[in-house]
Amino acid sequence: MDFSIITENIGLYFEGLWLTMQLVTLSLLLGLGLAVPCAFMANSRNWLLSGPVFCFSYFFRGTPLLVQMFMLYYGAGQFEIIRDSILWPILREAYWCALIAFTLNTAAYTTEILRGAIKATPTGEIEAAKACGMSYFLMIRRIVLPSAFRRALPAYGNEVIFMLHGSSLASVITLIDITGAARIINSRYYTPYEAFLTAAAFYLVLTFVIVFVFKQVERRWFAHLRPREINSSSSA
Amino acid sequence: MFDLHGYGLSILSGAVLTIEVALLSLFIAMLLGMLGALAKLSQSRIARLSATVYTTVIRGVPDLVLMLLIFFGGQVLINKIAEAVNYEDYIDINPFTAGVVTIGFIFGAYMTETFRGAILAVPQGQLEAGHAYGMTRQQVFRRILLPQMIRHALPGFGNNWLVLLKTTALVSVIGLDDMVRKAALAAGATRLPFTFYCMVALGFLVFTTVSVLLLRWAERRYSMGFQQE
Repeated sequence: MDFSIITENIGLYFEGLWLTMQLVTLSLLLGLGLAVPCAFMANSRNWLLSGPVFCFSYFFRGTPLLVQMFMLYYGAGQFEIIRDSILWPILREAYWCALIAFTLNTAAYTTEILRGAIKATPTGEIEAAKACGMSYFLMIRRIVLPSAFRRALPAYGNEVIFMLHGSSLASVITLIDITGAARIINSRYYTPYEAFLTAAAFYLVLTFVIVFVFKQVERRWFAHLRPREINSSSSA
Repeated sequence: MFDLHGYGLSILSGAVLTIEVALLSLFIAMLLGMLGALAKLSQSRIARLSATVYTTVIRGVPDLVLMLLIFFGGQVLINKIAEAVNYEDYIDINPFTAGVVTIGFIFGAYMTETFRGAILAVPQGQLEAGHAYGMTRQQVFRRILLPQMIRHALPGFGNNWLVLLKTTALVSVIGLDDMVRKAALAAGATRLPFTFYCMVALGFLVFTTVSVLLLRWAERRYSMGFQQE
């Protein structure tokens, strides 16, 4: 194996890293923003609210991300209405198509995670909040969401890692993320090992960073659940 | 909009290939998963360490990167080996093998974790009792461990299968004529990409819905005799 090709072209990988991080961070933030109202709608007893959310999350969780991306990137151009509309400059770009597809995909999974977490809120807490005279939105903000986010945290960590891995699909629609960089190097020099092992190393490091960050956040958010440490020196 | 211009059968044959890839790689994944789980729980430190490295690395790298690595890299490796043993011809790894092996290899890591948890959920005392009756290790595995771990493994197994099914869409990237690639070809010829990708999406929805129903039935079947919630 000859890694000198990689060291010469390492700049390409770092450009790819920047794009991967952009896509993942933006789609996760936007997806989470979409998922919070969707999760409440999914838990609603009114089927006019829960029905559409159910269909949305069923579709996006039941089909491959690749197909969703293709439907948007290749499919949008089929309709003259879209080609003539102001949306076309956006839907023509691979970057925006990837971002929109990733956002909707992660929103569907996050909705499902949050829905379960919200549903598991103890009834007593909600009754107490109502008895204190909190309005609906105040109760959501102070009582329901903080504890739901806490319950959702481990599952959400997995979702973040899945999104990171899913973002490698952006390379299929011509974007140069980490995988895209590796594909360029491979086709230019025909060095599959060096090219893809380097990409794998980049993703592995990113995955470890995400796992570490979530461990830290869990330590902080679950601080009240940790067994209390007995400090023998100060107990006297 | 749903006029398929005669490409319906072509998509259908792609769907059959998708199922083939999915089932074959599931088989490999289950074998690797069982091996990995036994290795993780074994006394040998080398076995434990290699299983841990396997699951950590595979679960930390995207499927697409691994697939490209095995498809392009495996080609080079096999031909280097062939050269070393004085085999003259060029060996071509077909996309089908590369796809099935990669997906099986990736999901073997996920299955390892699922099976490990399921094995741990079977009370240790029952295994000891089996040994005390004079059963061999294989008998204990077949008669006591396996029937009981299935119940604990089913929910995780079901999730893995659903993710695996959707991952098979990636084999279209390395040129295998699955449902997605057939749709891409049809879309190119008819200029109706949305229609064809929509058909593929619906196909996957049918597969996942059927899977979910079957899994639900299996879970009910295997939790017979246990308290229902």
